[in-house]
Amino acid sequence: MTDVVMPQMGESIVEGTLTKWLKKPGDRIERDEPLFEISTDKVDTEIPAPAAGTLSEILVQEGQTVGINTIVARIDEGGGAAAAPAAKAAEPAAAAPAKPAVPTAAPETPPEEPPQPTPSLEQADEPVPDKPAEPDKPAEPAGPLSPLVRKMARENNIDLSRVKGTGAGGRITKQDVEAHLAQAAKPAAPQPAAPAPPPAAPAAAAQPAAAPLPPAAQAKTRIEPMSAMRIKIAEHMVMSKRTSPHVTTIHRVDMTTVARMREIHKTVFQANYGFGLTYLPFITSAAAVALRQFPLLNASLDNNNIIYHNEINIGIAVALENGLIVPVIRGADEKNVLGLQRAIVDLAARARSRQLKPDEVAGGTFSITNFGSFGSLIGTPVINQPQAAIMGVGTVDKTPVVIDDAIAIRSICHLSLSFDHRLIDGAVADQFMTKVKQVLENWSEEVR
Amino acid sequence: MDYGLALELQQQISADRKQGLVPDHLLLLEHPHVITLGRNGHMENLLASDEILSRAGIAFYPTDRGGDVTYHGPGQLVGYPILDLREWQRDVGAYVRAVEQAIIDTLADYGIAAGRIPKLTGVWVEDRKIAAIGVHLSRWVTSHGFALNVSTDLTYFQYIVPCGLTRPVTSMAALGVRASVDEVGRRLAAHFGRIFDCEMPIETPVLAEREN
Repeated sequence: MTDVVMPQMGESIVEGTLTKWLKKPGDRIERDEPLFEISTDKVDTEIPAPAAGTLSEILVQEGQTVGINTIVARIDEGGGAAAAPAAKAAEPAAAAPAKPAVPTAAPETPPEEPPQPTPSLEQADEPVPDKPAEPDKPAEPAGPLSPLVRKMARENNIDLSRVKGTGAGGRITKQDVEAHLAQAAKPAAPQPAAPAPPPAAPAAAAQPAAAPLPPAAQAKTRIEPMSAMRIKIAEHMVMSKRTSPHVTTIHRVDMTTVARMREIHKTVFQANYGFGLTYLPFITSAAAVALRQFPLLNASLDNNNIIYHNEINIGIAVALENGLIVPVIRGADEKNVLGLQRAIVDLAARARSRQLKPDEVAGGTFSITNFGSFGSLIGTPVINQPQAAIMGVGTVDKTPVVIDDAIAIRSICHLSLSFDHRLIDGAVADQFMTKVKQVLENWSEEVR
Repeated sequence: MDYGLALELQQQISADRKQGLVPDHLLLLEHPHVITLGRNGHMENLLASDEILSRAGIAFYPTDRGGDVTYHGPGQLVGYPILDLREWQRDVGAYVRAVEQAIIDTLADYGIAAGRIPKLTGVWVEDRKIAAIGVHLSRWVTSHGFALNVSTDLTYFQYIVPCGLTRPVTSMAALGVRASVDEVGRRLAAHFGRIFDCEMPIETPVLAEREN
């Protein structure tokens, strides 16, 4: 068996992501044939097999990121038990010449040098006697091993490739070796007994290989690479928070009039247009009216210039399965409730089926996010850069409120506005929100 | 040069380089509109459908380089260094940093202060990406490389930017620098030669070959 390890691709690089297996377990592989691909720091590298044989085991799955020198697979050089001794002989021969070779020559040397130097050390260290067993022994993890660790390994006859390193970059520490010894002491089974078998027959030689690694049975974590979209969202959120000092103001809005409108028209909408009527087009419409009156909320900051946008293009955040996209309603102030509702339904549906056109997610001048549909009362959304503000819509609930010293039951919604305080002061933000509130509470426009 | 042709050229030089038949090369060129997807790229990051792309005259290629989706097009200086890193440093991290440095130094010649953002490979001017990097390595021989926006029409990047959820891109032109791709290429080749410590005889205006 030959262990295949995550190679070290440079001094500063302590880990790599296995991006693709080019062979399946059971596949025949030639030495130096590309076996898998790794990705480190925007560089993708094909890694050739260190030995010929059969890929017997894959230990690291695609997408996993592991430290250098982690064993990612095992190659069985022999066809079966009978072939094993031959393979043993073959391996040191194959592995050894690479190092003695003068550094200058050797275009045939495979890229992953790192794993190679160490096997040679190992062979040099251990004089002669049990040659037959050696090749079978998986390669010692290459790279940073302290002399102490080497000594402990030699004295206790530990196969270091079976010791899990917990130090930096998967480095094996003294504690790791001690822990390994303690663990090995428990089952009186093959491992601690290992010193003896070397000179023994093929059957015995097969044993160490067969002795299964205690697999990381019950994993306490699961690691999954982020999707590209997730990464973009993460970057954008951090960038936005770093760029704009966010301030959030919250206004309570009485939606009773709008609720009544909605009640009257929603079945008609369903019958006539094939979609219902929600609160969102009313709120979008009110925001458009207020944006016209307070153009600072519809602006962007570019260095020391304020860019006022003449168009009111409102982005509506749409939740996707594992992400979010903000398609834009262009000229939102020129649309009535029907037009806005139609645009929202259409954009949301196409966002979820990934059929938005590029210009439908670009050019927004203000955004609205409706977390109320998930039951949230109040939220403090993050500004969709380079816009100056974003409005969050809370859930609409019937609530007892005091009106003229009487208690009434009204449909109440909390609207929040996160704004860029570099550009917008609290007074302007609240005047804007007051306008939105006023439009919604006194809704008079006919809805068709 | 057509992306597919350039890819073949790279593959051929890279194969020859691995056998030691040719010296290191730096290919400098410009592509027509094309969107390419790195090995770790996600199709979901490509916003436009095939139909939209073909209507906009944009070709699409999945490739074996590192990195995600990117766009190449007129006005962009594309560089494909084909180097045997064993003769320089066996360190992909150092290699990427060196490529970034060559671009940063080139931009400095034009008075543009560019830099790095930790963990985000590429070259940045403040928060905007001006050059992208994506590399493939096989037997320590590099291929693919970098793309520097000289006077690229940045609107094409919208085809790969979902809802502005990425850092914005920029170009030398957008920063007020007028320069031709050829001229920037020559300067870049000079910095590249200095950083990688080699002579850079220029074969043709767009195809530079590095001889050790």
